[in-house]
Amino acid sequence: MNARAAALIAALAAAVAFPLAMQAADQLFFVGFASRVLIWAIAASSLNLVLGYGGMISFGHAAFVGTGAYVSGILIAGGVTSAWIGWPAAILASAVLALAIGAASLRTRGAYFIMITLAFAQMMYYLMNSMKAYGGDEGLSLTSRAALGFGLDLGNEVTFYYVVLAALCALLYATHRLAHARFGRVIAAIRENETRAEAIGFPVYRYKLICFVIAGAAGGLAGALLASHGKYVSPSLLHWTQSGTLMIMVILGGVGRLWGGALGAVLLLALEHLIAEHPIPWLLAIAPNYPQHANLGVGIVMLVIVLYAPQGLAGLVSRKRHA
Amino acid sequence: MSWILILEQSLNGLQFGLMLFLLAAGLTLVFGIMDMINLAHGSLYMLGAFFAATLVQATGSFALGVLLAIPATALAGMLLEVAVLRTLYARDHLSQVLATFALILIANEVVRIVWGSDLQMTMPAALSGPVQLLPGMPYPAYRLLIIGVGLAVAALLYVLVAKTRIGMLVRAGASNREMALAMGVNIQRLFTLVFGVGAALCAVAGAMLGPLFAVQVGMGESILILAFVVIVIGGIGSIRGALVGAVLVGMVDTIGRAFLPHLFGLFLPPQFASAAGPAIASVLVYLLMAVVLFVRPQGLFPARG
Amino acid sequence: MKNRLLALAAGFAFTMLAASAGAADKVKIGFVSTLSGPSAALGVDIRDAFTLAVKLNGGKLGGLSAEILIGDDQFKPDVGRQLAEKFVKLDKVDFLTGYVFSNIMLASIPVAFENKVIYVSPNAAPSPLAGKQCNPYFFAVAWPNDAYHEAAGQYATQKGYKSTYLIAPNYQAGKDSLGGFKRFYKGKIADEVYTQLGQLDYAAELAQVRAAKPEALYIFLPGGMGINFIKQFVASGLSKDVQLITPGFGSDQDVIRPVGDAMLGLFDTSHWALDFDNPANKKFVAEFEKEYKRLPSVFAAQGYDTALLIDSAVREVKGKLDDKEAVRRALKAAKFASVRGNFKFNRNQYPIQNYVLRVVGRDAQGRLVNKTIATVFKDHGDAYVQDCAMK
Repeated sequence: MNARAAALIAALAAAVAFPLAMQAADQLFFVGFASRVLIWAIAASSLNLVLGYGGMISFGHAAFVGTGAYVSGILIAGGVTSAWIGWPAAILASAVLALAIGAASLRTRGAYFIMITLAFAQMMYYLMNSMKAYGGDEGLSLTSRAALGFGLDLGNEVTFYYVVLAALCALLYATHRLAHARFGRVIAAIRENETRAEAIGFPVYRYKLICFVIAGAAGGLAGALLASHGKYVSPSLLHWTQSGTLMIMVILGGVGRLWGGALGAVLLLALEHLIAEHPIPWLLAIAPNYPQHANLGVGIVMLVIVLYAPQGLAGLVSRKRHA
Repeated sequence: MSWILILEQSLNGLQFGLMLFLLAAGLTLVFGIMDMINLAHGSLYMLGAFFAATLVQATGSFALGVLLAIPATALAGMLLEVAVLRTLYARDHLSQVLATFALILIANEVVRIVWGSDLQMTMPAALSGPVQLLPGMPYPAYRLLIIGVGLAVAALLYVLVAKTRIGMLVRAGASNREMALAMGVNIQRLFTLVFGVGAALCAVAGAMLGPLFAVQVGMGESILILAFVVIVIGGIGSIRGALVGAVLVGMVDTIGRAFLPHLFGLFLPPQFASAAGPAIASVLVYLLMAVVLFVRPQGLFPARG
Repeated sequence: MKNRLLALAAGFAFTMLAASAGAADKVKIGFVSTLSGPSAALGVDIRDAFTLAVKLNGGKLGGLSAEILIGDDQFKPDVGRQLAEKFVKLDKVDFLTGYVFSNIMLASIPVAFENKVIYVSPNAAPSPLAGKQCNPYFFAVAWPNDAYHEAAGQYATQKGYKSTYLIAPNYQAGKDSLGGFKRFYKGKIADEVYTQLGQLDYAAELAQVRAAKPEALYIFLPGGMGINFIKQFVASGLSKDVQLITPGFGSDQDVIRPVGDAMLGLFDTSHWALDFDNPANKKFVAEFEKEYKRLPSVFAAQGYDTALLIDSAVREVKGKLDDKEAVRRALKAAKFASVRGNFKFNRNQYPIQNYVLRVVGRDAQGRLVNKTIATVFKDHGDAYVQDCAMK
């Protein structure tokens, strides 16, 4: 067993043990919090598929997360609580949306692509905002989480956590397999040199579109989990700044690295929580309101990372390892 | 549906469109010349509005406050260019997107620390009433002023770009950057200048819209996306495209919101019309963008030959 | 990876210890409200009045030292909900309160209900929670969402306005408000328009109003929306032809301050006014002005009453806050001197009280204030209580 596998097993063991420890300490809040972090890890990992592996700068990923959340939320609100219907429906809906947006925007390149994905995502935001039947800008409150069957109650924070953890592991495993399959190699070739890939004879557009759709579908799964987690869906999930936050997570964790999205989500959300809840006394003495301005820190850190460490934190770690 | 109503709504659309143009013009130049995607453009708009609100308060004069806010914002924009953005020109789009998104977060918090989350800005008392445009059609004087300012700035920009030497360099840079470089244009100084002009245009829009909307943190975030839509429709790097695109977007948005629900009511059952009308009106602008993309992927007036 | 997770786990463990150190001899209040953005004045008034009441009480509520945790929902339902999660599950507050806007409150309070934490609402009181979905853990201190609008509809009928144009934001309180107006208005509805929540430019709507030529215009646009609307309404020249009517909070101090003289002569309906002649109100208005150098709005009055209500209940149960049934009974008894004068809770835990007509005029010092002119409703409840199964 090498060091890498040992680290993997340790991380998994910690993730499995975490809710039990919190439950024992009567701190279920942190189980719920950890579930939210893991769901965002799924969302960020799905963005990493298209951004890191595919090299497509999609700035509209929140649209797929939000669509998944709405489809699953609307089904629950309508009485269809089964996760076996709601979650696949959410994934399918997000995939279809990704197919439509991708088909239109992949015809363009560079800055155009960024702006168009951004604009289409914002279109979904305004669309959900104006859908009175589904709560409009008020959002949709759900009375229960999705039902999984098999005696598993998703209303239980610990059960829910394990389901989310399983979903994240499945996504990461699938990503790993995909990256090392023929499909992944072609996508990597396109990312490195699109013209050359085209010259060799790969249907570039089709490969990119498939990658875009897979990422959108996985984003839909994150959305469906998010809807059940908070028992609430609102258009703000689709706002373009949400896409920006997802991007920050990916860059923080490492673009195009298997663990990049997950790592970034954990780091960003845990940091946010720590800054808001556990102010550092000496810093508080200098700037009494600093916990309210956590985003200033996030912004500065981001800027520094982009300017000086474009490989993200995972990049820093692996660089050290190689040295 | 009277002609006066249609005329009034068209003026509203024109007013909105012209303000969009001010934002889109700066954005499209930065795009076209520097091939740089700048999400923080909306933050300059916010900054312009906060400067204007503060300076109007401090000087006691609306005109003076607004006029001072313009160079102040331009200066802030140029400073930003020299300090941060300049290093991003050579980087890929992803780095540009992330760095400028980080700048949005930073700008929002800095404004919050300096000014708080919002400011009051009042329009000059003389302009707070209506003007009788036609018999039976009064129109708010302040909105007329906005239309006037928008048209004047558009004209000024046209003269600047089409008739002056700087404008020639800008056009040269937008249509072929490498060539302009090879011909010995001092690109770096030109970039800083263009960025300053873009920031100044943001300040005009922010200052003029301040009294009408609210001067608040995050005000640039939704309008930025609309400015992107304008650029995609108009074609990257083209001022003329930005003008046409902006007025088109302003008109379609306003007219759509005003008339679509009623239009749907004419031939659809009321329940469905009242649900679908606002929904479609809210995405009309984006549908317009999709159609333009489909017909002319490079926009209506592509700058690059 | 391992080290990072361990560090994180250590962080959580630390948090846990910090959180479980709370003593049982105090009352913990979670206060979430809209404290930033164009509608911040509302939440700020509620917060300031609430904390003022606690301060005048020597930092205590019902004899226990009060710890008030304050959060800003930023006018975003998801932020409001997350703060509720934190206050209820992590900080384990005894009461939750504060929300201004129904949509944010509706998204957030299920968290309180599920964890058996009582939510005392200083403002929003949407119709579903008054009827079928009435909840033992929900107390509406201010007024049912429809009430101001029912009173306004009654007033418009009394004045004989033949046609009225209605504008409200597209959310629960907006729908409640126009429903309430129509329940008591006998004239013709020229049109009924729902705008986006948080919308700031009303040029398109004003043009439609002009074309529709109504006699009166009723708007339900709280906070920054109303400020912008009234300014733009005056700028469009419509104020000469159309009588504007607003609910009480639509033309209170938070709107009067930025809009100014354009407000003179505007009619509105409310359950409270600055000039209410009772000792509790006199004390409240004087102390509020002394502390904050501004006149309180109706939101402030509601925040103040909320603190007094919680104070009375905590005192009544002698600090035994874990007995939720007893706390509920004590809240329902409402044994305190409200700044609005007498009121009582209906069986759905919504208030039964009087509503008055006010007009914006000048007080002795020349300041713009709302003056009470007449009583519109006496001992008025709400239209949904019969659907509530709660006893």
